[in-house]
Amino acid sequence: MSLLQVEGLTKRFSGLTAVDDINITVADKEFLGIVGPNGAGKTTLFSLISGQLPPTHGRIVFDGVDITGWPADKVASAGLVRTFQLMRPFESMTALENVAVASHHRFRSRRDARRHALAVIERVQLDRYVNAPAGSLPTAGLKRLELARALALEPKLLLLDEVLAGLVPADRAPMIELLGDLHADGLTVLFIEHIMAAVLALSERLLVMHEGAQLALGNPHEMTQDRAVVEAYLGEDYA
Amino acid sequence: MQERTWAASEAPDSDAAVGGIEKYRLPLAVAAAVPVVLVLIYTVGDKDTGLVTQSVVTGLLLGGVYALVSIGLTLIFGVLGVINFAHGAMLSLSMFLVFWLTSTLGLPVYLATVVAVPLMLGFGFVVQGGLLNRLTVSGNHEGSLLVTLGLSLLITNVLLMIFGGRPLSVPGSLEGAWRVFGAIASYERLIAFGGALLVALALTLVLNKTSFGMCIRAVSANSQGAALVGVNVGRVYALTFGIGSACVAVAGGLLAPFLSLTPTVGEEFTILAFVIVVLGGLGSVVGAMVGGIVIGLVQTVGALYLPGTGSLILVFAVFVIVLLFRPQGIFGVTR
Amino acid sequence: MTRAVERPQDSVAAADDPRLKDNETRNAFVTLGVLAIVLAVLPFVLNERFESIAVLTLIFALMAVAWNLMSGFGGLFSFGHAAFFGIGAYVDAYLVVEYGISPWIAMLLGAALATLVGIAIAFLCLRYQLAGAYFALATFAFAQMFLLLVQNLEFLHKTEGFNLPILGGESFWMLQFRQGSDLYIWIPAAILVLALAGVILYVHSRPGQFVQAVRDDAVAAASLGINVMRTKLIAVGLSCALTAVAGAFYTQYYFFVGPQQAFGAQVSIEAIIPAVIGGIGTIWGPLVGALIVGPLAELIDSVLRDPPAFIGFLQGVAGLDVAIYAALLIVIVLFMPKGIYGTLKERWRR
Repeated sequence: MSLLQVEGLTKRFSGLTAVDDINITVADKEFLGIVGPNGAGKTTLFSLISGQLPPTHGRIVFDGVDITGWPADKVASAGLVRTFQLMRPFESMTALENVAVASHHRFRSRRDARRHALAVIERVQLDRYVNAPAGSLPTAGLKRLELARALALEPKLLLLDEVLAGLVPADRAPMIELLGDLHADGLTVLFIEHIMAAVLALSERLLVMHEGAQLALGNPHEMTQDRAVVEAYLGEDYA
Repeated sequence: MQERTWAASEAPDSDAAVGGIEKYRLPLAVAAAVPVVLVLIYTVGDKDTGLVTQSVVTGLLLGGVYALVSIGLTLIFGVLGVINFAHGAMLSLSMFLVFWLTSTLGLPVYLATVVAVPLMLGFGFVVQGGLLNRLTVSGNHEGSLLVTLGLSLLITNVLLMIFGGRPLSVPGSLEGAWRVFGAIASYERLIAFGGALLVALALTLVLNKTSFGMCIRAVSANSQGAALVGVNVGRVYALTFGIGSACVAVAGGLLAPFLSLTPTVGEEFTILAFVIVVLGGLGSVVGAMVGGIVIGLVQTVGALYLPGTGSLILVFAVFVIVLLFRPQGIFGVTR
Repeated sequence: MTRAVERPQDSVAAADDPRLKDNETRNAFVTLGVLAIVLAVLPFVLNERFESIAVLTLIFALMAVAWNLMSGFGGLFSFGHAAFFGIGAYVDAYLVVEYGISPWIAMLLGAALATLVGIAIAFLCLRYQLAGAYFALATFAFAQMFLLLVQNLEFLHKTEGFNLPILGGESFWMLQFRQGSDLYIWIPAAILVLALAGVILYVHSRPGQFVQAVRDDAVAAASLGINVMRTKLIAVGLSCALTAVAGAFYTQYYFFVGPQQAFGAQVSIEAIIPAVIGGIGTIWGPLVGALIVGPLAELIDSVLRDPPAFIGFLQGVAGLDVAIYAALLIVIVLFMPKGIYGTLKERWRR
């Protein structure tokens, strides 16, 4: 059963085609990695799917409903939630309050929302910052906060935009493990990432993008064997 | 990163794509609409033609006054993004400065204006350099609005403390008026109109022909980029505010002969100047000139049909419509 | 469909976790209780001479608390709250003078109208994405339009305004009491306490948390399922309603309202300045600011009436009070951007 279908999705900015005719079908509980050089249109693809930008052409069907052109908040409420590559915390709030904002989606009362938020914070191992102002968190903490807020919405489909970028290697392993656990628990994930080790460890399928277009889609391990793809788009380190 | 830049550049790009002729369509349309409306009022407007002529002449001259006040503001608002709410109070300050120079030193009013210009330039330089720069650099527009609001109250009330609230007048140097098509245009107002044209011309030349003007435009377009190539952004900000204040000083000197001076005399100009600046397009000197004249005409000709302060409602209606539907103004291309 | 986080232990994991201790609401209500008691005994300890200052301060506080809802917590910088104050003042005056309706009902109707108008204006501005300085200018322009409109409408008595009929005798229903009656302090004080209670509840509620999230980062808030427009309009509506109530009480207290007193630009400024001086986006900041700004004019007046020798030259000079709070405003914005209360609160926490 497919959770997300993207058909012919295209976004043009006055002459520049940022996303060019993307067609993907994401199965329920799948973990799909998305890679490509900077400027390949990965983040724009996320912005289209999650409703931050309206597409020029194409159709997005989520959970059996055509959500093309829906505003971002409606898409998120339907269970399709994204995180941002450049973290966007609510700076006047504590970490707990940040997550509770998302928990409020399901819980009306402050007490319940905060309880739920704390549970999510523990899940992403952000415990030591529970009552710290969000603005004071280090990068690793902010990345986890982004993730926690998204998880607090209890999404069916999570779009993760470089949650590992900016983390020191020591912080990466627990994060990768956490993502693996979430997936094992049945979460469907689209995963933009530059760190190939993480992509390969987690992804069941891999989408390679280049200049907005879909270059290849398939088994990640087969794809790393494809020398042409590797050299041109994954960087020569992996060749 | 690059993907973000694409998203951010969406609006300007699409504007640039329709650039060319389209860019001038609205200014031309406005320029054409003004005479058309005037002709309509003459022919089917059901008003005495002498009255209409007088209100057109008054409106043009009033528009010149408005333009004179707005030119300084468009520079400050356009380059710094500062909503200078003290603009009207600075106009009052200039007028009282001119009054003081004429009454204690006995200078003729237009000479006093020449003396007031560098004084106000210094005042503006200090205000921006000393108070506002920190807020401008960090992009805190609400903060600078509040500081200039405080400054406005401070100037007005200090003037009140020194000069009291009774209306004062500056002795004019040129009595009399010019009669044109049966309408009356006083020499003092004509000089103010001419002064507006001169200031507009001078400022355009400074902005386009001097290296300092280039610095201002560079900072206005991209302050971080300008800083990278070695422009002292803080000083450019302060000088820009200073030049804007100098324009206010010219306005104050030219208006003083035919307005009665109270500490609040400049206040009504503050919001009108904003209307004109937004209408004309931020940072556009020509826009401020045209905007001033349009607003002057709307006010006086509109008064034929909506007496009293009623015509000002029209002015604000124009303002709100422009803000909502074309915030970049008539002469502005991008926001 | 299996959901990710919905593991059974999640919802019970932290029922009485000490990190969840949430005393903010309770502490705020305790403070409010103390404030209520102080305000209740105020008329007994206050010299009658100071009654009008107390009332003026309470009106300032109401306006600043209201402005702060929209502009502090909601992040929508209004420079035209005179529009809503004026609507409240005029609806009250019109209905009381023309129809003899109870001011309490007129107050509610005025609040309803101000809410509608405020939401319509804010919707227009937000729909066309006016932000920051442009939003401020647009709200200012709308307020000026109302001022001019009222000055030109016959049925609103143009520039003359309304004088309320003096009924003689005391009537709670008609909100008229003998001069110097304690009720003139108790009523606005009660409204203020109720308003602050509402603010405390709102700020910690779901829509209140949403609006602060939207203020901090609207894109992130939308990506968490928050309807940005609706969230902002709720704050605008509450703010406008409360401002209108302050306007209605103003008319009742002074028995008179004219266009400048209701819709003048200085009314908008009077809503902003206490909030900024006290602390934008805090619960108590606007009140602290009003307590400073409200009595200042009278204090300076009484000092200048019989000034000590070293400032003798200032005797009888007008304008010093405004000049002082203007200077205060500049200093606060530049050096204490969180306001007096906001800055103290931060120091306290550290």
